[in-house]
Amino acid sequence: MPSRDEIFEKVKTALVDALGVDEDDVAPSATMVGDLGAESIDFLDIVFRLEKAFGIKIPRGELFPEEVLSSADFVVNGKVNAAGIEALKARMPFVDLAKFEANPMVQNFANTLTVEDMVRYVQMKLAAN
Amino acid sequence: MRWFWIDRFDAFVRAKSGSAVKNVSLSEDHLHDHFPGYAVMPNSLVVEGMAQTGGLIVADAINFQKRVVLAKVAAAQFHRDAVPGDTILFDATVLDLKPAGSLVHVTTRIADRGGDGEGFPQGEAELFFAHIDPGEGVPLLFEPEQFVRWLTQMKMYDIGVDEQGNRLDPPWGTEAAVSGLALSSGLTGAGATAFK
Repeated sequence: MPSRDEIFEKVKTALVDALGVDEDDVAPSATMVGDLGAESIDFLDIVFRLEKAFGIKIPRGELFPEEVLSSADFVVNGKVNAAGIEALKARMPFVDLAKFEANPMVQNFANTLTVEDMVRYVQMKLAAN
Repeated sequence: MRWFWIDRFDAFVRAKSGSAVKNVSLSEDHLHDHFPGYAVMPNSLVVEGMAQTGGLIVADAINFQKRVVLAKVAAAQFHRDAVPGDTILFDATVLDLKPAGSLVHVTTRIADRGGDGEGFPQGEAELFFAHIDPGEGVPLLFEPEQFVRWLTQMKMYDIGVDEQGNRLDPPWGTEAAVSGLALSSGLTGAGATAFK
């Protein structure tokens, strides 16, 4: 299995190609949406590039669980409830949700996902293979 | 004026690659004021030609079952202007094809005057297409007869082959097949306006 740094370099290449950002911008702590400007269609592009770079399969919704965030069971008045937080944690064990939990408005979720989360996601997928 | 930014396919290998041409003419309206005294084809419209070349290859590859919409243009670069009298050669290669989308690389060249040789690099781009199911918010993009007419005009199936080199049957021929195309035929966000 490749090292964390090797994975980071490949993730960085994928993000530079998909988002047209500079390599220097792709810091581990950079947020995908806020810092790197990723839009929803970019996530599909990123999925393509990560699948190719690492030889993994990424099922729809696994990297970005849009159906949790649009479910009436989990979101009330724009706020993710406790059950929703649990669902997100179960679906996205590679993301640190502590900051989001403090103010779990749906619109804040976009700024939760970081480059390091992408690296952790790939590590998880490779370990499971 | 209709939204055609390629004139004809000259090569087509199903789900793999294709080449198309466009002849740039001073009779095209858009060149008259772009720019006065120095007519030059806008590269945004070259990108549309790239999208029409790549989008038709992808739409064929998925048997016209989804709407193929140009979702993003990544890493476009241009090296020289295309001007009246030039022939633009589009070469598209499918890099990745999945149910939800596809990635296509397209280069453009300006053909040599006289028609020999490789021509001169004009531009290149990576295009990402989303494949949208009917009902996912994208309206019907073409009337079926119009879409078939366009495919016929492009001569794709006059020269198209599969990977083994076998000639392709066109995707129409029966009324049912044409109706099927009606359901599904979508092409590139901008190309969608071709028949409006």
